[in-house]
Amino acid sequence: MADTGVVTVYGNGAIYETAKKSPFSVKVGLAQMLRGGVIMDVVNAEQARIAEEAGACAVMALERVPADIRAQGGVARMSDPQLIKEIKQAVTIPVMAKARIGHFVEAQILEAIGIDYVDESEVLTVADEDNHINKHNFRIPFVCGCRNLGEALRRVREGAAMIRTKGEAGTGNIIEAVRHVRSVMSDIRVLRNMDDDEVFSFAKKIAAPYDLVMQTKQLGRLPVVHFAAGGVATPADAALMMQLGCDGVFVGSGVFKSGDPARRARAIVQAVTHYSDPDVLAEVSCGLGEAMVGINLNDDKVERYANRSE
Amino acid sequence: MTLVGVLALQGSFNEHIAALRRVGVKGVEIRKPEQLENVGSLIIPGGESTTMAKLAEYHNLFPALREFVKMGKPVWGTCAGLIFLANKATGQKTGGQELIGGLDCTVHRNFFGSQIQSFEADIAAPELSSKEGGPETFRGVFIRAPAILEVGPEVQVLADYHVSSDKESDSSEEGNTTSVKRVIVAVRQGNLLATAFHPELTADTRWHSYFLKMIGEVGEGSLSSIVAVGTDSHSNQPRIDFPIYQ
Repeated sequence: MADTGVVTVYGNGAIYETAKKSPFSVKVGLAQMLRGGVIMDVVNAEQARIAEEAGACAVMALERVPADIRAQGGVARMSDPQLIKEIKQAVTIPVMAKARIGHFVEAQILEAIGIDYVDESEVLTVADEDNHINKHNFRIPFVCGCRNLGEALRRVREGAAMIRTKGEAGTGNIIEAVRHVRSVMSDIRVLRNMDDDEVFSFAKKIAAPYDLVMQTKQLGRLPVVHFAAGGVATPADAALMMQLGCDGVFVGSGVFKSGDPARRARAIVQAVTHYSDPDVLAEVSCGLGEAMVGINLNDDKVERYANRSE
Repeated sequence: MTLVGVLALQGSFNEHIAALRRVGVKGVEIRKPEQLENVGSLIIPGGESTTMAKLAEYHNLFPALREFVKMGKPVWGTCAGLIFLANKATGQKTGGQELIGGLDCTVHRNFFGSQIQSFEADIAAPELSSKEGGPETFRGVFIRAPAILEVGPEVQVLADYHVSSDKESDSSEEGNTTSVKRVIVAVRQGNLLATAFHPELTADTRWHSYFLKMIGEVGEGSLSSIVAVGTDSHSNQPRIDFPIYQ
């Protein structure tokens, strides 16, 4: 309504619809279809097929898995669109791909090749230190990382239709993932019991938009689908994330850096479905071969990807 | 109280259980074959059909599900569930996937294309509005949705969708579907109901009450006394529903 000079101070919906013809409900809808599933990092079509056969509900195409990015260093970018196209051809499940934080042209390219979901990811080298992509400008949905409730709601306000807690990618160490999921969940529990009058100050404290904070209070959960990520290496890790209240799990290096990827992938998929059934968890955890090598995060030399963006 | 089973391997099973609660019915999560014995009807939710097929295979659910359909118990599949119920599905992954079958139709998996072609549309369903009242149309949410290309003589078509020409061009790699102008998106065959869209993602509960009437027609008074055992260990936790976006 810019041309009439009319300004709405408070929007009707807590999340603004975009001018583009993809409503937020459709963007969130796909994430809802992924609930209770496992999304696996893959670097080529062959790995994508293994993930699909194991029962992954989607695959994430990237040029190197996080463990290799850590080991090799250098700048990590969006993968070659040709490679993403090959992966898309090889499988029927949704294909996601990573773009650098703030690199909206990478996201435009991913939209152009018809990817199902974009992950604006801190695992890749950051392209803009101050601004994330304005995700309202896109017809494809985005998933973004967070460490706490405030960060999650800032990303939702920017247009993210799905949130994943960051964890610490490529470490095979679940500690940061637990920390971030716990942080989001406990903030929501505090918020639910809070007097409405205190929400203004709470929103300021966590640096999140008031309307979304209030909506989260009313819902008792994040307003979008919430997956866990960063450090999941075993079926038990995946089930832990589910029991802490996540809607699903991303597994990065955990599958294809282990001794028997196909078997481990399948076990993690089963663990997410039967996360509250210790008998099934015990059964699927048996004889999986070697897990990926973990990194101890007490070492200060290990770079924290999670701290790359706010 | 009527118990409706919801296949809870992956996907939008929470949304279905929430929608059932809104119409006053308890949904029970089904993950194992023996749990099917506790329910007289079943909803197969949306999700990734390949994932759900794999999980069903791991836990040997297919024989029990086929038996369930064969016994004439009411089953409703949405999106991935529709693919499960179909006798024939095209556009599957390399090597194909296992299906339950029973519904005499051919489904094209992922007919409309990738997420960028996902859409919402108001769709007319005369059968639904005549039985359940309300507006002539309902809001259909199509997420990487399948479509029904052909149906057998026993199958009643409840709703269809006209594919616009720009969607046709990128709808399929196979080429033979490019001439399709009208695709079927909701069908019923006896006690089987199937929809390509997701009523569980909307506030409109008419499809759920339509399915409950189908259960009522079967006459399942004997079910009211059945209590599900070991299927609902989390019932003491407060359920938190996912919001519905209009």
